[in-house]
Amino acid sequence: MPEWVESIIRVAIAIGFVLTTVLVLIWLERKVIGHIQQRLGPMRTGFHGFLQSPADAVKLLVKEDIIPAAADRWAFQLAPALVFVPIFLTVVSIPFTRTLVVRNLDLGLFYVFAISSISIVGIVMAGWASGNKYALLGSVRAGAQMVSYEIPLVFSILGVAMVAGSLNLETIVDAQRGLWYIVLQPVGMFIFLVASLAELNRTPFDIPVAESEVVGGPYVEYSGIRWGVFFLSEYANTFIISALAAVVFLAGWRGPLLPGWLWFLIKTYAIILIIFWFRATLPRLRIDQLMTFAWKLLLPLAFVNLLITGLYLVYDWPRWILFVASVAVLAVASRLVYVVGRA
Amino acid sequence: MAESRLETVDMFINMGPQHPSTHGVFRMVLTIDGEQIVDMKPHIGYLHRGVEKLAEGLRYREVTVLLDRTDYLAALNNELPYVMALEKLLDVKVPERAEYIRVLVCELNRIASHLMFYGAFGADAGATTPFMYAFRDREEIQHFFEAVTGGRLMHNYFRVGGVRYDLPEDWRERLTKLIPHLRKGIVDCERLLSDNEIFLNRTIGVGQISAADAIDYGLTGPNLRACGVRLDLRRDQPYSVYPKLEFDVPTRSRGDCYDRYLLRVEEMRQSLRIVEQCLEQMPDGPSLGEVPRVIRPKEGEVYVGTENPRGEYGIYLVSRGGDYPYRVKVRAPSFCNLMALNEMMRGCYIADCVLILGSIDIVLGEVDR
Repeated sequence: MPEWVESIIRVAIAIGFVLTTVLVLIWLERKVIGHIQQRLGPMRTGFHGFLQSPADAVKLLVKEDIIPAAADRWAFQLAPALVFVPIFLTVVSIPFTRTLVVRNLDLGLFYVFAISSISIVGIVMAGWASGNKYALLGSVRAGAQMVSYEIPLVFSILGVAMVAGSLNLETIVDAQRGLWYIVLQPVGMFIFLVASLAELNRTPFDIPVAESEVVGGPYVEYSGIRWGVFFLSEYANTFIISALAAVVFLAGWRGPLLPGWLWFLIKTYAIILIIFWFRATLPRLRIDQLMTFAWKLLLPLAFVNLLITGLYLVYDWPRWILFVASVAVLAVASRLVYVVGRA
Repeated sequence: MAESRLETVDMFINMGPQHPSTHGVFRMVLTIDGEQIVDMKPHIGYLHRGVEKLAEGLRYREVTVLLDRTDYLAALNNELPYVMALEKLLDVKVPERAEYIRVLVCELNRIASHLMFYGAFGADAGATTPFMYAFRDREEIQHFFEAVTGGRLMHNYFRVGGVRYDLPEDWRERLTKLIPHLRKGIVDCERLLSDNEIFLNRTIGVGQISAADAIDYGLTGPNLRACGVRLDLRRDQPYSVYPKLEFDVPTRSRGDCYDRYLLRVEEMRQSLRIVEQCLEQMPDGPSLGEVPRVIRPKEGEVYVGTENPRGEYGIYLVSRGGDYPYRVKVRAPSFCNLMALNEMMRGCYIADCVLILGSIDIVLGEVDR
């Protein structure tokens, strides 16, 4: 088999996997949040509503495709693809196990962030092209938010890259033999989770799509499968970010007894469930508070994390010092949240 | 001359009447500079049905049906001032049991209304769960209402001289089950939002109004008490059996969204206290007094104001003899409270404006009437 055929098959499998995962995630979120809110969630389609997502997908496919008269036709039609494609491209370098990976890149970590940040363009484009003021407001919010949070996100990962000495995701997992990076980089993990929530536009950072304010933001004019594509990309992104966190901080496929891919899925879904849990619990921040939080708290915190990680590497401290120092930093920061937030 | 032709202008944005968080069909035309609000023009009237005029064409007994449909979240509280006004005109005595039943259902309706506020306010702040929690508990109240009045929303329960039906046989069991359920529900609600740091940041200091301004704008009810003015008609112009019942009138001092929120939660507790006392003190006797078969009050006019969940709900009733009221004027608390909206919204963010509107707790059915 020539190499290019094999590549295509691998990519097709990866995309197929992510698409099915998205359907499961949508169902899972509705069930989880339903039960948190003391109701059942979808129950009618299939066993415990398991077929709800496919049913929704079919519904979206057969819906009429409406392009508003005020919209910029080409940009409006192009925007969903611009959001969708980069997110699916990032799947390429996520290692499910050592062998289950489309292509292991030496700059894997860098690649994921570089590609996924393109999708912001699509969102801003969607908002602008809709010819709707709510959409415009939402997309401007999205632009401001996602650009701001990209920075702490990248800096949070930098600590891991320093400790592991590589940007190759496989090497990073191998470096976690015996000790997961959640122990060495708790600050990094914290910043990563918070900032990626903002990247995903999820509660409590769902400001760009806030239903009670801008009624769905950039997506307000979209209907049918175009809207479906945005929806799909959002959940695909949730999965990828969680998978990345599992790989980088929770040692990916490493774990006793169970096969590697199962460990990987368990860790990924644990993080996904935490994200769902946030959604059911927290109200939404205001845009200025969001910015304050990113620039005055998360970014300095990321720098402090880099500093202590650097000191640990230079002076060859034992690992427990890094752990204790990180926890101390986290404790101070959790107090600072209140001070900075209230100001 | 290479002069830039770009200039920045403020953007107009139309919020409502079709918008998920305008609590019905309220419409605001916002002038915004980025995320900040420069100016706000409210528009009302999308739900105007002419309730006051319609009432002039109905017999006295039939008017409660219309009043149910003004503040539909607290229908029983609206019927109360009307039947009280009519009783004053007719000089009818109400049996004590009927008074207790009225207070009991009114206070339960207040809790239901405040729960609705709680859920909607949570949704305005972007949290999804408060709504479900609130509706879980509100549903229990609705079940009780179903048993008592036969209706869930539009009760048409109060009559001149009493109430339409006596309480159902098992009302004591139902109520003794309902009270602890609600008490626990309120605790759940509080634990979900009241100490949440994000929620605190979003609401403290937002939509602030001073006590003096609040009085000038004619605010009543929780919105006024949140500014520190202790005015509650149940205590200050006692009516029905309220003087025999023990309850506090909570106040807060800052007059911002958070205070308005917290005050309502506290009011739910106080209402629950009243309900408990009604359960203990409920006397026996008839639930409907001696009332003339044909209601034809003598000429005259009367105003009765009562404490609605939203403030002073008053009925100004004029009779010129005959079978029909000459005039039924409703003093609608939401309408008056809405007047302060512009004052509260000065210089706030778009996200705040949704919250501030929610914190006033308007019901458009009553604003537009």
